[in-house]
Amino acid sequence: MSAEPMAETYIARSTTIAARMLGGEMMIMSAVDSTFFTLNEVATVIWQAADGHTPLSEIVERRVCEEFEIAPDMAQRDAADFVNQLSQHGILLVSDQPIPESKPVAAGKP
Amino acid sequence: MTLLSEMNDKAMALGVPLSVHIDVTYRCNERCVHCYLEHDDKGEMTTAEIKNVLDQLAEAGVFFLVFSGGEVFMRRDFLELVEYARKLLFNVKVKTNGVMIHEAEAKRLRELGVEQVQLSVYSHRPEIHDAITKLPGSLKRTVDSIRFLKSQGLKVTLSNVLMTVNRTDEKGTHALAKELGVSYTLDPTVTPKMDGDTSILKLRVDDENLDTLFADPDLVGNVEEFCKPPAPVDDDILEGYSCSAGHTACYISPYGDVFPCVQFPLPTGNVRQQKFADIWYRSPQMKEVRSIRVKDLTVCSSCTHAGSCTRCPGLAYMEGSMRGPSSSDCEKSFHRTGIPSANMLRKASMAAGGPLVQILPMMV
Repeated sequence: MSAEPMAETYIARSTTIAARMLGGEMMIMSAVDSTFFTLNEVATVIWQAADGHTPLSEIVERRVCEEFEIAPDMAQRDAADFVNQLSQHGILLVSDQPIPESKPVAAGKP
Repeated sequence: MTLLSEMNDKAMALGVPLSVHIDVTYRCNERCVHCYLEHDDKGEMTTAEIKNVLDQLAEAGVFFLVFSGGEVFMRRDFLELVEYARKLLFNVKVKTNGVMIHEAEAKRLRELGVEQVQLSVYSHRPEIHDAITKLPGSLKRTVDSIRFLKSQGLKVTLSNVLMTVNRTDEKGTHALAKELGVSYTLDPTVTPKMDGDTSILKLRVDDENLDTLFADPDLVGNVEEFCKPPAPVDDDILEGYSCSAGHTACYISPYGDVFPCVQFPLPTGNVRQQKFADIWYRSPQMKEVRSIRVKDLTVCSSCTHAGSCTRCPGLAYMEGSMRGPSSSDCEKSFHRTGIPSANMLRKASMAAGGPLVQILPMMV
């Protein structure tokens, strides 16, 4: 009996956020709830690579593990936590299918 | 310390212009009695020019962008500019009188992810508000637009300027903001016109109004805390700066002129002739503004309010010197705490007619 292949996770940056690099850190403000975040260097790399069509596992493998020399298991786990946190604030869109480039959309519920 | 204030400190240390206020036009459909602007179009930047400036601001690290005027919707390309700014991931705030905002404009601002819209309302009564704006029906149109914006889920602030002509309506205006479910700000500052004309300063409220204002918990929160005597002035305060103008913030006019702040009319360069970064980093005027610490202020460095005063270097500049006092802020510090400022004591002493030089006989 073969195991079901793991579903891929695709991530895309929300169009409802404001963001800018400041001294090596990414500042992000959510237009949904005005929450303000700063991302460290590793998180910034993931956020910048969130193009909607590169699987998260590939981003972590190619960008995080190689560039920062982090063990793959730990990197994948941390990345999943990070993606979960940002998606809860509407900063990252998450799907098990590639996410098409979106037009600006409404920021949260009216 | 909040994360945002940490970022402010970081931007200050790195010399990054975190916030820029850009007036896209001085044209306006209202003629407010206290307005400091001249409304004729003297050659506004084109759509392409403003987009180019926005590219440069993003490159320079600007995060907070305020679009204001004049009335921003007098430009037919305004929403195009907002869309462009949002694509560059600025946090965008719009200041407007709202009279040209209907459902479609409100919806579009929402779709574009504008952070906040601030609208000017001077009274809850049309006869007062419309007399200030000189546009009949303007209160109704502005309130309608607030409802459109709110219905789209946008964050809205109602902004009031307290003047002699609307001082008795302050409570009613605040109540209107509550009824509409929006934030409320009140500012008693009336500034001279851009051409130096100070005639509109007669609209400033008197001392009694300031006392009432500062004793209102609805406006200032904890009155005891707000009005407490200033903390002793120490070296940290003396080594600090007055405000963010020229440090992490600046202002760009519709003609491309760059100033340290919208209230600080010291020309530092023009983005039609120079790159924004050249002005920000290399303008001698910006460098001069940036060099001034509290200890360098001619009168305020010896003032007991030095650490808590809202001293505006731009108003001080308009009063005569960017290192001098800003008298209207002296008044505010005094009415807040009951303690006169060094500038007030100096003026009182000069008015008393005492000798400028005191010569005492030598004791032998």
